[in-house]
Amino acid sequence: MSPRTRLWVLACGVAGVAALLAVTVWRLPPFGGARHPYGERAVEAALASRVANAVASVNFDQRAFDTLGEQAILFGSVLGTVVVLRQTRDERRVEPEPAGVAGPVRRYALIALPVVLLTGVYVVAHGQLSPGGGFQGGVVAATGLHLLYVAVDYRALKRVRSVHLFTLADAAGEAGYLLLGTGGLLAGTAYLTDVLPLGTFGTLASGGTVPLLNAAIGVEVAAAVVVLLARFLDQAIEIVTSGEEGDRAPGTDGAPGTGGARPAGGTGRADGADGPHRTGRGGAG
Amino acid sequence: MTAAQALPLLVVLPLTGAALLVAAGRWLPRYAADAFGCAVAAATAALACLLLAARSGSAPVEWVGGRRPVHGSGVGISLVGDRAGLGLAALVGVLVVAALVHSWRFFDEPPSGQNGAFPALVLIFQAGMGGFTLTGDLFNAFVFFELMGVISYALTGYRVEEARAVQGALTFGFLNSVGGYATLLGIGLLYARTGELGFAQIGARLDARPGGGDALVTGALVLVATGLLVKAAAVPFHFWLPDAHTVAPSPVCMLLSGVMVQLGLYGVARVYWTVFAGPGGVPEQAVQRALLALGVLTAVTGALLCWLQRHIKRLLAFSTIAHTGLFLVALSALTPDAVSGVALYLLAHAGVKAALFAGAGVLVSRFGSVDERELHGRGRGIWGVAAVFGLGGLALAGLPPFGTALGKALCEESAGPAASVLFVAVSAVTGGAVLRVTGGVFLGLGGRGAPADGGRAARAGREQQAEETSGAGEEPETGVRLTRVPDTMLGSAAALLAGGLAVGCVPALWRAVGETAGAFTDHAGYAASVLGTTATGPVLSAPPHWSVPGVGLGLLSVVLALAAAAGGVRAAGGRRPRWSLPLRRLHSGHVGDYVACAMVGIALFALLLW
Amino acid sequence: MSVLPYLVAGWLFLAGCVGMATSRNLIHAVGSLAVCQSSTYVLLLAVGYRRGGTAPVHSDIRPGSRPLVDPVVQALTLTDVVVGATVTALLLALVVQVAKRHGTVDPDELRELRG
Repeated sequence: MSPRTRLWVLACGVAGVAALLAVTVWRLPPFGGARHPYGERAVEAALASRVANAVASVNFDQRAFDTLGEQAILFGSVLGTVVVLRQTRDERRVEPEPAGVAGPVRRYALIALPVVLLTGVYVVAHGQLSPGGGFQGGVVAATGLHLLYVAVDYRALKRVRSVHLFTLADAAGEAGYLLLGTGGLLAGTAYLTDVLPLGTFGTLASGGTVPLLNAAIGVEVAAAVVVLLARFLDQAIEIVTSGEEGDRAPGTDGAPGTGGARPAGGTGRADGADGPHRTGRGGAG
Repeated sequence: MTAAQALPLLVVLPLTGAALLVAAGRWLPRYAADAFGCAVAAATAALACLLLAARSGSAPVEWVGGRRPVHGSGVGISLVGDRAGLGLAALVGVLVVAALVHSWRFFDEPPSGQNGAFPALVLIFQAGMGGFTLTGDLFNAFVFFELMGVISYALTGYRVEEARAVQGALTFGFLNSVGGYATLLGIGLLYARTGELGFAQIGARLDARPGGGDALVTGALVLVATGLLVKAAAVPFHFWLPDAHTVAPSPVCMLLSGVMVQLGLYGVARVYWTVFAGPGGVPEQAVQRALLALGVLTAVTGALLCWLQRHIKRLLAFSTIAHTGLFLVALSALTPDAVSGVALYLLAHAGVKAALFAGAGVLVSRFGSVDERELHGRGRGIWGVAAVFGLGGLALAGLPPFGTALGKALCEESAGPAASVLFVAVSAVTGGAVLRVTGGVFLGLGGRGAPADGGRAARAGREQQAEETSGAGEEPETGVRLTRVPDTMLGSAAALLAGGLAVGCVPALWRAVGETAGAFTDHAGYAASVLGTTATGPVLSAPPHWSVPGVGLGLLSVVLALAAAAGGVRAAGGRRPRWSLPLRRLHSGHVGDYVACAMVGIALFALLLW
Repeated sequence: MSVLPYLVAGWLFLAGCVGMATSRNLIHAVGSLAVCQSSTYVLLLAVGYRRGGTAPVHSDIRPGSRPLVDPVVQALTLTDVVVGATVTALLLALVVQVAKRHGTVDPDELRELRG
């Protein structure tokens, strides 16, 4: 389709869908209404199983099977990204260059790093009590680790970030969620049933399996985000197509104070995008 | 453990297997990873078959998390092990095993430290499809819909060295995601109206509302169905499918075309009958009209483009679209007989189409090409693959006693004489296209046409060539070109074809499908079995069986297919007709075009339903 | 206006789709897809809102003392957010490969897969 034709087709489609949505939402109950039958039942059920955060109770108890699918999506898409961003035959790795970082940035990031990690763990652990939980806390913790990249350079991050170990943790978090669910089967009831003692309302140990499932998700999410970012950072910094040097010749980068590895990696990617077509271009298109 | 308790395991087992494969990916040798993946997939498939065989009386219903509803309202998610869901889960399992066997030590280059990446992805795919077939909850269905989606994008783009592969996977991802979000908007609308998320519960609330359905209910059906129709590749939501199948590794195509596309159709039917078929839903005539119109459009477009392809995998992909159209046309009758016809057709089609893709996979690995013209006559001697293509083409055309012929006959019966013409024509054209390939590639019949490679200078009509995906110059999926056809590849193809044949030969299966269809189309019965209330049983109709007109029409379309193939072989290499250019130009590989067409599709579907 | 939040959701969906259809850069298109998805967040949260309601978390309020907004839609939105983030990551990974293999991220210049 030529851009003009596409625009016309799009205009027709958008007009139609806009009309559909307008007619439809007009019949919705008014915004802010008081009738929320499922919501009210969910709050009651949350209180009955002594989970203060009703959203956590929905996610990790009442509709825990949704979360099972959701963590599978996360696990699968991380695996998919590992596959898509793998180092192919026509590519090789270059060592990241050391990089200089401005003093204040370094100091701030190094101070923030442990605080952010701790915050992540806190958010995971208090998932059933206050807003937050495994997904949110896991992302916070994984982000915290990457402050090392901001504070020092990619080599420092690589030293503490064993992709292999984080892959293991990712798989362990996933398997942990699945295995915790079998507790219900062992107790003779349904899969993912909350069979543990419910504890005291409002404490860390309340809610039976909810905090455990939350923790499994926290581990999986943190590890998954680290692995995911590792694949993207590898592509940006380390992986180059064979025979292409990029601008990595000595003397063109690593200038003090400019943060060598990162800009070099960045331009390396841009070169990749602008350069001649690589090998492996299939077909006689 | 009761049957109900075992239902979640159909999702949990493959996911656990995938987690173990990823964890052990660094130490596990390739063959061990492949063998483990096969074993887990087979165990899951066996469990599905066991549950299917063991059940007696009403369908097992499991409330995951033990959140059983009280007085018809609860907070949990239900899994429903009715025959339709379990049967599809079993089909998924069988195809996954076949695909894994086909890909046995298949890809040469797993990512470093992840030897089990491919089988792990396929296992997660299996879990996603299993969850989608069993769930009794609309939002949960969306979650598994997205799980299937995410994994299938990754699998489609598996061969990242190829420029096409990543492009095809990307357009696939865009179009499916837009569809998924439309579905979620629809779910939001239904939740706002009813305050429920379970199929049965939403249906019950809609029915309880005085005055029946209104614009909101119809709009919700349009939006929810959009995502499912994208998955089902109904025109004009289908653009991702040919691109994805052109680039995806063959075992992945076996899964996409064999069952994932059909799950989209299952989703439409499931949502319609459980949620919208009651007095508070959408009028039956409107749904019939919409499905019929989309079905005819899909079948005709698919068949035409199937005939015009020279890229063999792309040709098979368009034949899947054509058959989706036929399924939609048959389904539009909205009767149990139509559903049992579609079910049998779908089962047999899954076997035949997967076998054909397995055959195409052999061609890629052996010759590094799936270009019909380039391969002309080069397939002589690999008779096993030739047999797969020949029989597969005949089966697609509807040769009795293949299950495709039985399903087609039943669909024709319930759809009426006018639709029968469409069924005969479309199956003849798609079967004929495959037979044309068989004749040219394996028997060397007809002219070679313009050589794909050497004739680049002598290219007649540049604009003709520019609008074509040839299929020459494919990287062999096995890394190196095979010199002989591995038994695993041929064996899985033969087994799948045999399965397609068996569907037409086992009366016990027909009976079971007939009963399944009765229960599947029973709006009140489904709600009763999920919510634990009582209802009158479904109306039982006569079990499906062969009929004389059905066999006759099947033979007629086979004859037509052979004639078409003969004509096609003779005209091989000729220019493709000018009138087809606009249609082919629509398939531009451009995300923007595809999204624009999908928007028109939503508007069109809404217009048809109103 | 009691339907305004719903109309905003519809607007976002359309804006995202238009962005994707007219995009000249695949990264921009992935961003447009995220806009498209945010319509679902808006719709779900708008559906669950209750006038005068507070967060459905009992860490600092007594159960039953105040009206609460619907926790179910919030849980659904959380699921949706995770789905969106992972899909975005995977699509961006594919865009990285498209840039490498095709040498461009302009969808108008991807010339494979036609007909």
